[in-house]
Amino acid sequence: MAQAAEAKKRGKPRESNSAMNREELLQAYRDMLLIRRFEEKAGQLYGMGLIGGFCHLYIGQEAVVVGMQTALGQGDELITSYRDHGHMLACGMDAKGVMAELTGRSGGYSRGKGGSMHMFSKEKNFFGGHGIVGAQVALGIGLGFSNWYKGNDRVSVTYFGDGASNQGQVYESFNLAALMKLPTIFVIENNKYGMGTSVERSTASRDLSKNGAPWGIPGLQVDGMDVEAVREAALQAVAHCRAGKGPFLLEMKTYRYRGHSMSDPAKYRTREEVQKMRSERDCLEHTRLKLEALGVEDAAFKPIDDEVKRIVQEAADFAQSSPEPDVSQLWTDILLEG
Amino acid sequence: MGTQILMPALSPTMTEGKLSRWLKKVGDDIKAGEVIAEIETDKATMEVEAVDEGILAKILVPEGAEGVAVNTPIAELAGGAESVAAAPAPVAHPAPVAAAPVVAPVVAPVAAPVSEDKDWGPTAPITVREALRDAMAAEMRADDRVFLLGEEVAQYQGAYKISQGLLAEFGDRRVIDTPITEHGFTGMAVGAAMNGLKPIVEFMTFNFSMQAIDHIINSAAKTLYMSGGQMGCPIVFRGPNGAASRVGAQHSQCYASWYAHVPGLKVVAPWSAADAKGLLRAAIRDPNPVVFLENEIMYGQTFDCPTADDFVLPIGKAKVERAGTDVTIVAFSIMVGVAMKAAGLLAGQGISAEVINLRTLRPLDTETIVTSVKKTNRIVTVEEGWPFAGIGAEVNMQIIEQCFDWLDAPPVRVTGLDVPLPYAANLEKLALPQPDWVVTAVKKLF
Repeated sequence: MAQAAEAKKRGKPRESNSAMNREELLQAYRDMLLIRRFEEKAGQLYGMGLIGGFCHLYIGQEAVVVGMQTALGQGDELITSYRDHGHMLACGMDAKGVMAELTGRSGGYSRGKGGSMHMFSKEKNFFGGHGIVGAQVALGIGLGFSNWYKGNDRVSVTYFGDGASNQGQVYESFNLAALMKLPTIFVIENNKYGMGTSVERSTASRDLSKNGAPWGIPGLQVDGMDVEAVREAALQAVAHCRAGKGPFLLEMKTYRYRGHSMSDPAKYRTREEVQKMRSERDCLEHTRLKLEALGVEDAAFKPIDDEVKRIVQEAADFAQSSPEPDVSQLWTDILLEG
Repeated sequence: MGTQILMPALSPTMTEGKLSRWLKKVGDDIKAGEVIAEIETDKATMEVEAVDEGILAKILVPEGAEGVAVNTPIAELAGGAESVAAAPAPVAHPAPVAAAPVVAPVVAPVAAPVSEDKDWGPTAPITVREALRDAMAAEMRADDRVFLLGEEVAQYQGAYKISQGLLAEFGDRRVIDTPITEHGFTGMAVGAAMNGLKPIVEFMTFNFSMQAIDHIINSAAKTLYMSGGQMGCPIVFRGPNGAASRVGAQHSQCYASWYAHVPGLKVVAPWSAADAKGLLRAAIRDPNPVVFLENEIMYGQTFDCPTADDFVLPIGKAKVERAGTDVTIVAFSIMVGVAMKAAGLLAGQGISAEVINLRTLRPLDTETIVTSVKKTNRIVTVEEGWPFAGIGAEVNMQIIEQCFDWLDAPPVRVTGLDVPLPYAANLEKLALPQPDWVVTAVKKLF
């Protein structure tokens, strides 16, 4: 009763489908919270000067990658842009290794040689982490091509932003993927701004889910702030690709709360706009309300919060105690022995 | 104990800033993510969001304060709402200091010396075109991961007929016609290589590789390094490079210097049929990205080539095509032929020239060149590309660094003229190195 009253006070969950049961929803909540807290900590370490260069935080968009991941199976591949920390955590990469790469230490996934934008995990089929806007889209269909060539039933997911969606190679890739029926899901994370330029100012198309239409690539527009809506769309896209029907396009309507990178003063949008998204559309709050409506008690969130805090704190500690790479590493990994 | 809020760094270059405004006051309950202050950085005014939760207990730096160094405590939060939040804010441990700064060697590591050309037994005359086709076919037979893609490579049998017969033997799964979209299909091939395949990308000519150069350099050459050795990219980018015959400036350009500049790439430039066959087989087997620069004019030329099934040449090893004692002429690709003609003319004038066919541009076989120059004491480089920052500039600099004292005359480079290649027959001929240019250059050294 008490929870119900609390839920009433804080508002009801938005209208939404129910693609997940209570356990799945709790897991999704945990996974999104991990990304949120990890990114907050990364922002803090950046502020302390422990992370250098560019650092693009995923805060606000967590439901997209967590929802997508629930629909994928063993061996499916991921590739994305430089806003990649959330994708790595969602596909099971160790928070310690990711954070230590952000601080440029030897315990990082690339031994400190890649940084925030260039991280990879062969083990988890995570293919980066790419710093050139749109480049991962052509590489992503290459992952799809390799699955087609090998004759397996794996699916590769290629994430890119609304800004990248205007790059020429994206459309070359759409054509190739459709022509060869490659099992690739294109996920446009439309967070409304390509750096400081709004979609309205950069893109003539008003419905990015139709961007693959000339090549017959089916597309869906999805509420990317609702993890269940993401999962439902992802299931449809994965089924389409696994059945050998070629690529699928999902436009996730989402929002980033922080600037494009740490050094973005974000003057291109109002504080009110950001605040409105946070208070009305936040994926964590929305999921929590749903869970409360399902009868999950307050006490059930405590161990999740504690576990996430512990993981993030351990990652931050590791990222500071792991030594910088040995100077001998400067000259390794340039070429493989022939 | 409360949690300290530190002056954050808000850009890659910020060391200090102005605390322009506090948006919270002492006693306010602060939630993670709330904007608490505004800071002016070297670039802009930025908002500072709270990371920890709690009550704002103390403001340590008043608003309006300028020159606040990054990491200065600016405020204190009292006890978070939850017990775990009592964990202290991470303290910045200084990174364990790396040992002495590295002195980067000026010269990138070069290939390990390889033994002299082994005797491969009987030879038969074939064209460079056939040699390239045979190399691809042999490697495709041996390894199912190897496939060829590019414009017109399958049904059309190759724009320059290099892939003749491959579609019939290997089918359309492994010999793939692409749309005219270099950026897209090159990226696709690089992605496939990262995921375990061994693509051969044919550029109809290397001029079109400029459409895809981002993937060749940023995606293929750098990924092994950026992934800490996890993800390599075994791929061959091949096609005709340089001037053909009267195809104008946009279709006549040498990319040797462009690609040889890049660590993480190997760059090969064959001249003869044996070079083409042996080096292409090695390039396909190599676990790294290899740029393989052919030459259209050479495609139809015939050379004796070993017939042995296992014939292969090492990448990173030059070949002395003609031994001599008075001057070393270094060339690659089609210019080896020009150098050989020049050596013939020089012999008639009593000058004995040694001609080195580089075969590989990166890693450069400086050992073979240095050994030769120590014998002849003179060097002339010959290339079709432009002079500025070209391959000749690099080769001659290496010689200056490594055997300056053996030189009896300054190094000289013979190059294409520093102009976009003209279309007119007479002008085109004037712009590309001819044997008599080499003869003139050599004679200046005596």
